[in-house]
Amino acid sequence: MSLTEVQTIGASVEQASARSIEGRSPWQLAWRRLRSDKVAVASAIIIVLLCAMALAAPLIASATGKTYAEQFRDTGTTAQGLPVGPGSQFWFGTDSLGRDVFIRVVYGARISLLVGLSSTAIAVLAGVIVGLFAGYYGGAIDAVLARFTDTVLAFPYLLLAIALAALFGPNLLMVIGVISFFSWAALSRIVRGQTLSLKEKEYVEAARAIGSSPLRIMFIDILPNVMAPVIVIATLLVPSAIVFEATLSFLGVGVVPPTASWGNMISDSLSWYTTSWWFLIFPSAALILTTLAFNLLGDGVRDALDPQTERIFAGRRRRSKPLPIEGPTLVEPPRPVTEGE
Amino acid sequence: MDFLRFLTRRVLYGVVVLWLISVATFALFFIAPPDVARTLAGKGATPQQLAGIRHRLGLDQPLLLQYWHYLDGLLHGNLGTSYYSGAPVSSMLKADLPPTLSLVIGGAILWVIAGIGFGVLSATRARSLLDRFTTTGVLIGYSMPTFVLGGLLLFVVFFQLSKAGILWFQPGYYPITQNPVTWLGRMILPWITLATVQVAVYSRLTRGSLLDALGEDYIRTARAKGLSERRVVYRHGLRSALIPVTTQLGVDLATLIGGAIVTETVFSLGGVGQSTVQAVVRGDLFFILAVVILTATAVVAANIVVDVAYSFLDPRVRLT
Repeated sequence: MSLTEVQTIGASVEQASARSIEGRSPWQLAWRRLRSDKVAVASAIIIVLLCAMALAAPLIASATGKTYAEQFRDTGTTAQGLPVGPGSQFWFGTDSLGRDVFIRVVYGARISLLVGLSSTAIAVLAGVIVGLFAGYYGGAIDAVLARFTDTVLAFPYLLLAIALAALFGPNLLMVIGVISFFSWAALSRIVRGQTLSLKEKEYVEAARAIGSSPLRIMFIDILPNVMAPVIVIATLLVPSAIVFEATLSFLGVGVVPPTASWGNMISDSLSWYTTSWWFLIFPSAALILTTLAFNLLGDGVRDALDPQTERIFAGRRRRSKPLPIEGPTLVEPPRPVTEGE
Repeated sequence: MDFLRFLTRRVLYGVVVLWLISVATFALFFIAPPDVARTLAGKGATPQQLAGIRHRLGLDQPLLLQYWHYLDGLLHGNLGTSYYSGAPVSSMLKADLPPTLSLVIGGAILWVIAGIGFGVLSATRARSLLDRFTTTGVLIGYSMPTFVLGGLLLFVVFFQLSKAGILWFQPGYYPITQNPVTWLGRMILPWITLATVQVAVYSRLTRGSLLDALGEDYIRTARAKGLSERRVVYRHGLRSALIPVTTQLGVDLATLIGGAIVTETVFSLGGVGQSTVQAVVRGDLFFILAVVILTATAVVAANIVVDVAYSFLDPRVRLT
């Protein structure tokens, strides 16, 4: 072995080791962890498919030659006026008015995803801004925020939604508004808490010393460091917003027919399940699948961003620890929409 | 002395919150009031008739005066009368409470037992098959909207069994005083529906806080003393682990006094929740106010009780 050969080997070893210790940001690490999480990837694929289905709803409808509100009085109902079961003409059967359940389920995804994503976006925007200001400035803003969130959390939100629907007539914008209104407070509390501790850090002091404006400090210096819990909560807010919308529509105060929403379909189907099971089962399955996928993805995201915490829905655990002593929990998931609260 | 001061402050704060909520409800109602008189009088009513009805109900008075009359009545223990039935709101509430209380109390017993049970099992046998099973159940419970579960239960249990001639699980409320067995049969599905989501929440809460508690130093001390594992887990660990669970239970029960709207609707139980929805849609102001105030009072009271209980259970917590 000549000297030059040894040198080349040495060089390549050096290169290899240089590659293997290549720096990775926490975000890259989180992304890698998320990608290796099979459950999360599968959920993400389901969500992408659902989004594609929602976007392509008009195409699907025109491909089958039906629309979601069209009532097939002759082919869609039996001679006794009962809904027709699943078959080659109506894949998921028809509802009590002879409308195609498959097309309505596809269109229902549009409402669910639209409400879920847009109200989460509004809640995140409001929660982050209010939380940053309250945490950074403290004092009066903080006190007002604390009282306000207390009141929001103590208010029976289902009742408020029903009241608003009775006053202004049920409509989509109101549904999005109500859901955002009841979602941002929990998020802003977490952002506020993180901001409180971050603003005492040296780098913030340094930023202040070089004359950065408070706005710059809040949004350029502090915000990136509170993004992890915000992303986790946002992912978990989506399914709870979807369930919230479905519940409102179920009670007749959200999205009302003829617009198709899984909630109002299930509501209709409850007077028909003795003769037509498909009318109840398909929208229910779509709703459960969607919330399940978002919850699993949210759990995976949380695991990827903060491996220290226990998973909520611990599917398969990658790390085996001898004794499950948990660290402080990063974020609690938003509570599922329950009764009356 | 500290305790009295705490209690006084919290009660005063609670009264302020209640007052604010009553004002908010009243104001919300009058931003866009439903035309109660027109609904009552029907389509062919003359303006004189409408004015007469408004006068009779006090709707022609200035808003502040109406609110003042209401507040005055409230302080004398009078919740007002319904615009529609003319009956006192208190007697309407009394009629609606049995289904709601049956549902909430039975459901709560179910979810507390199942939630804490599953939580303890999955914490003491962490990572086992049982833990996996429980966490999967939690996931499904979290993702299952109440009304979907109710509908599916009606379809799978009630309908399939009714085809076989078993009419046990029929929807609708049956008074317990008339036939407890029928009452029980009809309440089982609503209880399961109401409890499922809560079982998920409670078992997760119990699991987390029990695992936290078992990591504490005093548990190591207890083990070092040679206590049996059973005694360590149940006497030392679970006792402190149940504190947050108690908190949650207080708040949950309080909010549900205002009615479990969804479950009541799915099973047509006709409790406070269903009446409230109807009242809200028709604009029956005094019934709405009564329910809102009842619920808010229960929530405020539950929060105070929970805070006080906390300070007794955990010496590190101070009442401030």
